[in-house]
Amino acid sequence: MIVWAAPAHRPLLRQPMTLLALAWLGLVALGVLLAPRLAPAGPSIVDPAHVLLPPGQGNPLGTDFLGRDILARLLWGGRWTLRMGALALMAAVGLGLPVGLAAGSLGGRTDAVLMRLVDALLAFPGLLLALAAVAILGTGLTAVAMAVGLAAAPPYARVVRSIALEVRGQPYVEAARAVGCSPWRIAVRHILPNALPSLIAFAATQLGWILLNGAALNFLGLGVPPGTPEWGLMLADGRGYLRDAPWASVFPGLALTLTVLAANLAGDGLQEALQP
Amino acid sequence: MARSRCASLYIGRYMGQRLLQAAFVLWLASTLVFFALLLTPGDPAQALLAASGATPEEVIERRAQLGLDDPLPLQYTRYLMDLARGDLGYSWLHGRSVRHMILEQLPPTAELAVAATAVGVVLGLGLGVLAAVYRSTWLDAAATTVAVLGLSTPTYWSGLLAILFFSLRLRWLPSVGEGGLRHLVLPSLVLGFALSGSIARMVRSRVAEVMGTPFVLAARARGIPSRRVIFIHVLRAAVGPALAVTALQFGFLLGGAVVTESVFARPGLGRLAVEAIIWQDLPVVRGVALVGALAYVLVNLASDLAQAWLDPRLRALA
Repeated sequence: MIVWAAPAHRPLLRQPMTLLALAWLGLVALGVLLAPRLAPAGPSIVDPAHVLLPPGQGNPLGTDFLGRDILARLLWGGRWTLRMGALALMAAVGLGLPVGLAAGSLGGRTDAVLMRLVDALLAFPGLLLALAAVAILGTGLTAVAMAVGLAAAPPYARVVRSIALEVRGQPYVEAARAVGCSPWRIAVRHILPNALPSLIAFAATQLGWILLNGAALNFLGLGVPPGTPEWGLMLADGRGYLRDAPWASVFPGLALTLTVLAANLAGDGLQEALQP
Repeated sequence: MARSRCASLYIGRYMGQRLLQAAFVLWLASTLVFFALLLTPGDPAQALLAASGATPEEVIERRAQLGLDDPLPLQYTRYLMDLARGDLGYSWLHGRSVRHMILEQLPPTAELAVAATAVGVVLGLGLGVLAAVYRSTWLDAAATTVAVLGLSTPTYWSGLLAILFFSLRLRWLPSVGEGGLRHLVLPSLVLGFALSGSIARMVRSRVAEVMGTPFVLAARARGIPSRRVIFIHVLRAAVGPALAVTALQFGFLLGGAVVTESVFARPGLGRLAVEAIIWQDLPVVRGVALVGALAYVLVNLASDLAQAWLDPRLRALA
């Protein structure tokens, strides 16, 4: 049936997909937190007698080329991937939020200068910017997180600015200005709280991008050291055994894809729930 | 007659403004790169001579030759002049001109980018229109799911799955390497699928909006068949935004090409960049980043001009 109408708002509780996505994110967080309990032997137990075993008894998701249990590596590896994601998201929000808020709330020359800077950074394709940053910052988890966070910051600043501009036009902001609040107070106490729901929704979508590209840098061998149980690197390590042991690559990729998917769906759902 | 002259005047002014803006952004971007590299540890002269095991005196001499001891404003001016002439400097690792290295690796990447864009636009438009027209039905759910999957699936995973099924199991297509159209099929499908996600979402929301507008209602009231209304009236309104989002996704496409090239062991800018980062060959990294920015800015400039030409209302805003 063809729908001849514009879309409308949908509350969060009536979006089964979004709830499912949030549940998956919760599950991943739980699995990662409980990794020492669920897989007490750790992610790096080499077992030459059980190399490249298919999923089955004892190894629910099979073993890799060194006989290491894939499930244990996924649980422990989630710590690397999620820590990278959290660090990068903090960097992106930490850089993008103040810049976007200042530009959108203060306007005028501040806005012009800050946004030209953002434009210059946006001129670089996201992953290329992250790659260039890695070339300068060096390898390792923190460097990758900072590089990806830096690449995610300009779009975040852009969105924060446009939301701040929207909120700035509201009568209550004008009222605050009329009673003599300083521009910074208006930005932090009046504009920010009212822009927050949209900012959280966009941050969830950003998290998807961050996880995807952070793991990409690890996949390319530019991030965490070799042998680290990080999802992107596990995927790369399993490549050489694709014919005989596809599970060594397929499961890390599945874990990553589902998590990115959940972040994207959560972002969409929140956006839809917050739409007036 | 007078009206059309007016319109072309607007277009001319808009184009001029947009061109200036693009040039300004490119200048700012290259300035950022210049200062970012100043902050990096490592001595270019030393890096250039490291392989041959040069003496400290030779390094000092080379520094002078490269102009690294000159005052900063002079270095900066020289850098901009070089860029303007298309001179991207020399690789620390190979001593070769970065411009030549990039030009060599450009064709395979461009080939992949064009093929993937074609796949992405066709798939994205199809999925987006389907989802919007049959909104809130199982067709919408299916199309939207495919789109968000495209957006969320890392190409380094979908690429491996594609190799696993189409090359190793079914033996239809070659898995890795270069040469001929057959080697282009899997990489461009994988990258095009990733690209289609954002295009489909944009098209869906745009078409959904247009479905509720008075001009669509008017077209239906005149008794024009549904199919014709959708394909002529609604789709025309969605093509502009689809074009814009495709241009905006060009940056994603370049980044995705880097990863896809690595998965399928294809030559191209991606391999060049990754090797340069591993060897700390900063002039090559800088060159690839700058060429990427140039391409991205130019594609978006072209898209904006095309949009202005398609939609006269945007010209008035300029």
